[in-house]
Amino acid sequence: MTMIFGIPIQAFLGQLLIGLINGSFYALLSLGLAVIFGLLRVINFAHGAQYMLGAFTALLLLQYFGINYWLALVVAPLIVGLLGALIERTMLSRLYKLDPLYGLLFTFGLALAIEGTFRYLYGAAGQPYSVPVALSGGVNLGFMFLPVYRGWVVVISLVACIGTWLLIEKTKLGSYLRAATENPVLVQAFGVNVPMLLTLTYGLGAALAAFAGVLAAPIYQVSPLMGTNLIIVVFAVVVVGGMGSIMGAIITGYMLGIAEGLTKVFYPEASNIVIFVIMAIVLLIRPAGLFGRDA
Amino acid sequence: MSHTTQAASGIRNGRAPRASITYAAFLLAGLAFLLVAPMFLYPIFLMKLLCFALFACAFNLLLGYTGLLSFGHAAFFGGAAYFTAHAVKEWGWTPELGILLGVAGAAGLGLVMGFVAIRRQGIYFAMITLALSQMFYFFCLQAQFTRGEDGIQQVPRGHLFALIDLNVATNMYYFVLAVFVIGLVVIWRFVNSPFGMILKSIRENEARATSLGYSVAHYKLGAFVMSAALAGLAGAVKSLVFQFATLTDVTWQMSGEVILMTLLGGIGTLIGPIFGAGLVVTLQNYLATSEFPVTIITGVVFMVCVLVFRRGIIGEFYASRIGRRLGFEHRH
Repeated sequence: MTMIFGIPIQAFLGQLLIGLINGSFYALLSLGLAVIFGLLRVINFAHGAQYMLGAFTALLLLQYFGINYWLALVVAPLIVGLLGALIERTMLSRLYKLDPLYGLLFTFGLALAIEGTFRYLYGAAGQPYSVPVALSGGVNLGFMFLPVYRGWVVVISLVACIGTWLLIEKTKLGSYLRAATENPVLVQAFGVNVPMLLTLTYGLGAALAAFAGVLAAPIYQVSPLMGTNLIIVVFAVVVVGGMGSIMGAIITGYMLGIAEGLTKVFYPEASNIVIFVIMAIVLLIRPAGLFGRDA
Repeated sequence: MSHTTQAASGIRNGRAPRASITYAAFLLAGLAFLLVAPMFLYPIFLMKLLCFALFACAFNLLLGYTGLLSFGHAAFFGGAAYFTAHAVKEWGWTPELGILLGVAGAAGLGLVMGFVAIRRQGIYFAMITLALSQMFYFFCLQAQFTRGEDGIQQVPRGHLFALIDLNVATNMYYFVLAVFVIGLVVIWRFVNSPFGMILKSIRENEARATSLGYSVAHYKLGAFVMSAALAGLAGAVKSLVFQFATLTDVTWQMSGEVILMTLLGGIGTLIGPIFGAGLVVTLQNYLATSEFPVTIITGVVFMVCVLVFRRGIIGEFYASRIGRRLGFEHRH
């Protein structure tokens, strides 16, 4: 058997793949957090709940309306995004004048309420969501066996990340967003509807989380608590990356996912905490984060 | 946090004498109530309430008086519970030594976590403390001495100073009450000391505090360790009251609960967190037997508090007409 660093290469590549998949979710979620924070100055604690909502919406759409995975991949983020926009419009927008900590506390309460409701309605146990037929099975790459769906997740989340980056960096709407991040009052004076832009941004962030949730549904079980522990890890990712740059959030997400996967190979006991340890080290060496601008 | 600015404007010398008298009367009435309460209320419930009230006051020391929102205080509360339970059960230490170890452990933990976390401010500080406490949670999940999912059970209460039998419910209650009062006095002294004044100045204007020559980082770390130690005191006593230490006390949900207690009662008020803790603990007790999950209510109360009730119960009372007439508007 081929060995690498004293480990069978299959085990090594298998964990690398799992790391890459986790990294895809970290990247998608921290990207959404960074987009929302950039404009709204709110840390969206409900991001994990919105991720869970995405997965649950896909499941419920299938159970009650027979809507398949592919349609759910579009419809679920749309529903969750609209819900997010509604919450921003009616409640969150009242908090912008205050200390940013209130936004964090509000979205924390929102997350608790959403997750509590789903646990009340559907129980804490996970429910399976089957892999779509077109993506079932796997391919033998010669050195390892790759389930098609997992490969799809890595590719499509990369596409989503780059798409969001292009939207923000290269389009006119994105330029408004970036301008409003720098100076909302001035942008408003130029006739851009900044409050609408804020609503749109929060909706977009929520939709991205829901998109990640639909992608995750066939891999992990769909359960009311699937987002809670994830969001704390994503917070650590965001602290490591610094929320100054969109690309930084994406790269950090993948890097830390892979670091976590590799830790599972070499020192499994520490795999739960490796991201937090990296966060602490980065804070000690470079408090602003790897890609951060402000301290 | 911003709204506490007005509360802080009337520090020390701005106090109306009438307010001080009313305030002292309130405190005495509260203490008298707590002294006789076990005659008509279930002692375990009261002790739980006192532990959480102390926990919330310790947390408020950091949020209300230094302006730092820690999302990881469960690590100190639950960590100290583990240390005390282990020392008392496995090493046969007396309760007071066990509690001391718990407090010291929490303070040590606070020193390490604080050292890392104070490198960033505001929202980042909250996220970092949350991540670090989650790391501690995973440590407790895997470490041997915490016994994983089972937790440390059947912790003996023992004899205080080898004299007073804490297995007697009344003795235990008055011991917890004494710890609670001592904790509050320590917090009150700390907040009104020169050290506490500097903390307030950091909360109000960090850049100016720096320019006045204060080493802001050291003061923040000092406040963090102090808050962690007092939270540890609450957790250590709780492990003796319930005679177990489990993972529940180190979860992020517990960190969220203490934030809610403080927010509900009134951030930056000395007695607000006590009321907040009382409400939350009562609510939990009330809902414990029903199917309805507490998290939904907790979440909704959080949202309502942040949207329309940011001053909390005591803060609203101080700002109300009655509160103003009694001279409380500058009270903190």
